[in-house]
Amino acid sequence: MTMNSENNNKDPRHLRRILAIWLPLAAVGDLLFWFLVGPHVPPGDLTSTASSNQFDFNILFVIALPVMIGVWVFLGYSIRTWSAKRVGVAEPKGGSAARSNLRAQVWWITLTTVIVLFLAGFGTVELVIGNGSGGGEGPNPAWAPTGATAAELASATWSPTDNHVLPVQVIGQQWQFTYRYPTFGGFESSQLILPAGTDIEFNVTSLDVIHSFWAYQLSVKADANPGVNNIAYTKTTKTGNFTVRCSELCGIWHGAMYNYGKVVSKSAFESWATSTEAANAANTANLAPYAFTYTPDANGAAGGYYEDGTVTPYSTVEVYGAKQPAS
Amino acid sequence: MSKGGRLASSIGLILVAFGLVVVAVATLLTPGTPGGVVDFTKAQPAGQPVNLTVQTVGAIGYGPHPTWVSYLVKSPSTGKWIHDTTWQLPAHTLIHVTVMQYDSGSPLRNQEWGQVQGTQGGTATLNGKSFSVYNSYTGNGVGHTFAVPAIGLSVPLVGVSGSATNICGEAPCTPKFAHNKITFSFTTPGTGEYNWQCFVPCGLGWLYGNGGPMSTQNFMGGFLDVVQS
Repeated sequence: MTMNSENNNKDPRHLRRILAIWLPLAAVGDLLFWFLVGPHVPPGDLTSTASSNQFDFNILFVIALPVMIGVWVFLGYSIRTWSAKRVGVAEPKGGSAARSNLRAQVWWITLTTVIVLFLAGFGTVELVIGNGSGGGEGPNPAWAPTGATAAELASATWSPTDNHVLPVQVIGQQWQFTYRYPTFGGFESSQLILPAGTDIEFNVTSLDVIHSFWAYQLSVKADANPGVNNIAYTKTTKTGNFTVRCSELCGIWHGAMYNYGKVVSKSAFESWATSTEAANAANTANLAPYAFTYTPDANGAAGGYYEDGTVTPYSTVEVYGAKQPAS
Repeated sequence: MSKGGRLASSIGLILVAFGLVVVAVATLLTPGTPGGVVDFTKAQPAGQPVNLTVQTVGAIGYGPHPTWVSYLVKSPSTGKWIHDTTWQLPAHTLIHVTVMQYDSGSPLRNQEWGQVQGTQGGTATLNGKSFSVYNSYTGNGVGHTFAVPAIGLSVPLVGVSGSATNICGEAPCTPKFAHNKITFSFTTPGTGEYNWQCFVPCGLGWLYGNGGPMSTQNFMGGFLDVVQS
């Protein structure tokens, strides 16, 4: 019989002890988190993507928590059990078993590999079934909700009684986001109002530098690049308020580039959209034709001198909206 | 040093470090009034409307950036023009704004800013004539805008003719030079710091026109420092 075998026979079954401590702690911790904390984890449940992201965070946490508790339990147990200052414990302790334990290593590597691979698969599935999970998918989205093809949206209307996707254009500019509603005459507004229970297609672009549209409680985040139509999807599930922030450092007023939006009932949205369309009609007539991207004048709009009554752009293709690239 | 002395020294150092952290955090979290503000809170009795008069010039004409476009504000106490863009205003108070616009104009990059927004009645006046929308592709275009995004305020400042022979070339400008007079009123929100800016990318020569004077305090942007009256 070897020395290790003798030691093992004399030592208590540490693994069982550790498991006996870890298992109830992990189980209770997970249950407490899932039922008490989980429903309140950001970004909430204002949209399908927010709910999905909240679910993802909760899944990640209930997987990570037992691992974390396991590490802490093992550390605490080790300090208490194998401390060199502990009376009656020989020093050094452990012998060859302390240098390596093949069985423990195999278990550890196997378990962590399974967890990581599971999370990779889980994340991919969530990304696919969530139509991009609220992230910008570029001008040609790989995943989109039913009824959100370019052809369908080009001719789509929206009313509280249909289930059409509502396209909303997000325009970043130094230093404010504005929003256009192509299904309501293409009016532009500094307010972002959305109907509840509706699939939303955000078409995100910029008139100058790179911004990033981050509607936090909607769990939508998409870069706003000049000359690019970055598409992101979500589905609003209930009414509520949300915050929009620019999350790409874009200049001196970047920190002030935020506003608040609302998800309202479908009828309230229709009322707001139609009244705003009418109120803004005079200005909408002056806006550039709705396009997925716009090409601003790189030198800025100001500085030129114009004769009275004869203002003309620097170039017919350099002013916001004058050029409509193929999307 | 004795064991007790070392212990006392350690505790003292920890307390000093903790105190510094507390002071630093408190300083960062306490909204402070920026230095050099122009105080309008004493211009009128509490609750009475406040008159705010500003001018925009195509070139400030002095200082380290004499060619930069800029705003100036008329001091409520001395009546002199001041190159400062942080203005202290009383909360929940009607502000009557007069803008003397001495700069020329051009089409807006985003015509959205051609619409008067957030003012009393949703209108402004241009040389005495009320308007709510200005098409920047007509007339002399828009020189600048005055916008406070956080309260939804935005007013286009129509440009003067670039071919005028009496364009003001150095601030402060006087009404003998070509100008447009724009007036509007708005109500200040609760206390806080609200940034304001021009939405015309008038920093000519910088990327997308938003560098230089558009990205430097005291030129084309600043703060409304709204305080209790």
